[in-house]
Amino acid sequence: MHQIINFVIRLKNFLLFIFLFSIGIILTIQSHAYHKSKFINSANFISGSVYNFSNTISTYFNLKATNSLLLEENNFLKTVLYNQNQQIPPLNVIDTSLNYKFTPALVIKNSYSTINNYLNLNVGNKQGIEEDTGVITSLGIVGIIDKTSNSYSRVLSILNSKSKLNAMHKKTNHFGVLHWNGEDPNIVQLSDMPKQTPLAIGDTIVTGNLSTIFPKGLPIGKIVNYKLDDTENYQILNIKLFNDMTSLNHVYIIKNKDANEINTLNLIDNE
Amino acid sequence: MNSIALSIPLRFVGLILLQVLILNNINFLGYINPLAYILFVAIYPINSNRTLFIFLAFIYGLLLDVFMDSGGIHATACVLIAYIRPVLLKFSFRTQYDHNSLKFRDTDLIKRILFITILTLIHHTTLFTLEIFNSSKIEIIVSKILYTSIFTISISVILNVLFTNQKK
Repeated sequence: MHQIINFVIRLKNFLLFIFLFSIGIILTIQSHAYHKSKFINSANFISGSVYNFSNTISTYFNLKATNSLLLEENNFLKTVLYNQNQQIPPLNVIDTSLNYKFTPALVIKNSYSTINNYLNLNVGNKQGIEEDTGVITSLGIVGIIDKTSNSYSRVLSILNSKSKLNAMHKKTNHFGVLHWNGEDPNIVQLSDMPKQTPLAIGDTIVTGNLSTIFPKGLPIGKIVNYKLDDTENYQILNIKLFNDMTSLNHVYIIKNKDANEINTLNLIDNE
Repeated sequence: MNSIALSIPLRFVGLILLQVLILNNINFLGYINPLAYILFVAIYPINSNRTLFIFLAFIYGLLLDVFMDSGGIHATACVLIAYIRPVLLKFSFRTQYDHNSLKFRDTDLIKRILFITILTLIHHTTLFTLEIFNSSKIEIIVSKILYTSIFTISISVILNVLFTNQKK
């Protein structure tokens, strides 16, 4: 007994190292699986307030660019709205019976240099933000909220190896899976596109209607090039994003009010 | 004694903030960010309690993981370099280490650079292998290790030289 205790004391540094190292490895492996990655996350009070504080300073540097972007978007929306020949609803009164609910938010931390990128937003449960809701800008899609805390939330960026989205070719409505290979933050990949789809460079790719998270037809990007994949039955496309993922400021969170209902139906179907 | 007891928490917090607020936003050539936070592990006082040091390195890495949403990769890499640091110290500063009189401020700059280089390479190899974890992407892993190491080593050496008190 005495020898065993001596042995443990002599090796205590090694045992501690093995113990902590295995915890690290377990956390890493868990983070590679999509639904278990929520243990260590930045949507908490400490990192949230640090990022929020730094953002209050850095946000002043791009006020001009943000303003002109918002003005452009307003201009576009006004053009669409006033040419519709319908009665225009008064400003600041939003019809709550509508299917998609939008919430504005500010990106307090952006990342695009690693292979699994996440963003942080300055809104959380207090503002009614839920997990599995979509995040977009005026130009295109950004990602999906995968973790919320009281006043912050984390977004699984489309620039993340775990992100898989349904997207389609706008002209033909053929579907594919949108993912990212971890190389260029402006280029994402669309695979499993049927071989017979007539593609052309410059065609627009939009969100598909298999997803309950994004509305159908949101712009994503343009085709840069395409080729047959290894199986020779499907095509794989490189897509240049409309969004500049390297400079994001104001984003919108989309909540589909029917999402729960549709998901419950699908669950019944699977059983 | 007092200044050391105070400087460790200061370095702990200061280097985390430096990393997450400044160094993570450099994005040189799109994806290269120096990880100079490992300086905390590199220049931790040598004759202090080793068990505490390993534990502290783990907490340090875990905090960085929380900020960077990276699972546990920084914690794992930090624990590894904290555990094998004595071997590297012995390799880099042989005579001084054997005489138990090693202090970073007394060492040659060349030897210090050698020490930081080996530490960085081990850390980055562990980190990026765990991060990407895919043998078909070995090219990305190697290029990331190489480019990020160059950046980390230069920033770490500059910080180290700037903040080391020269003995008069």
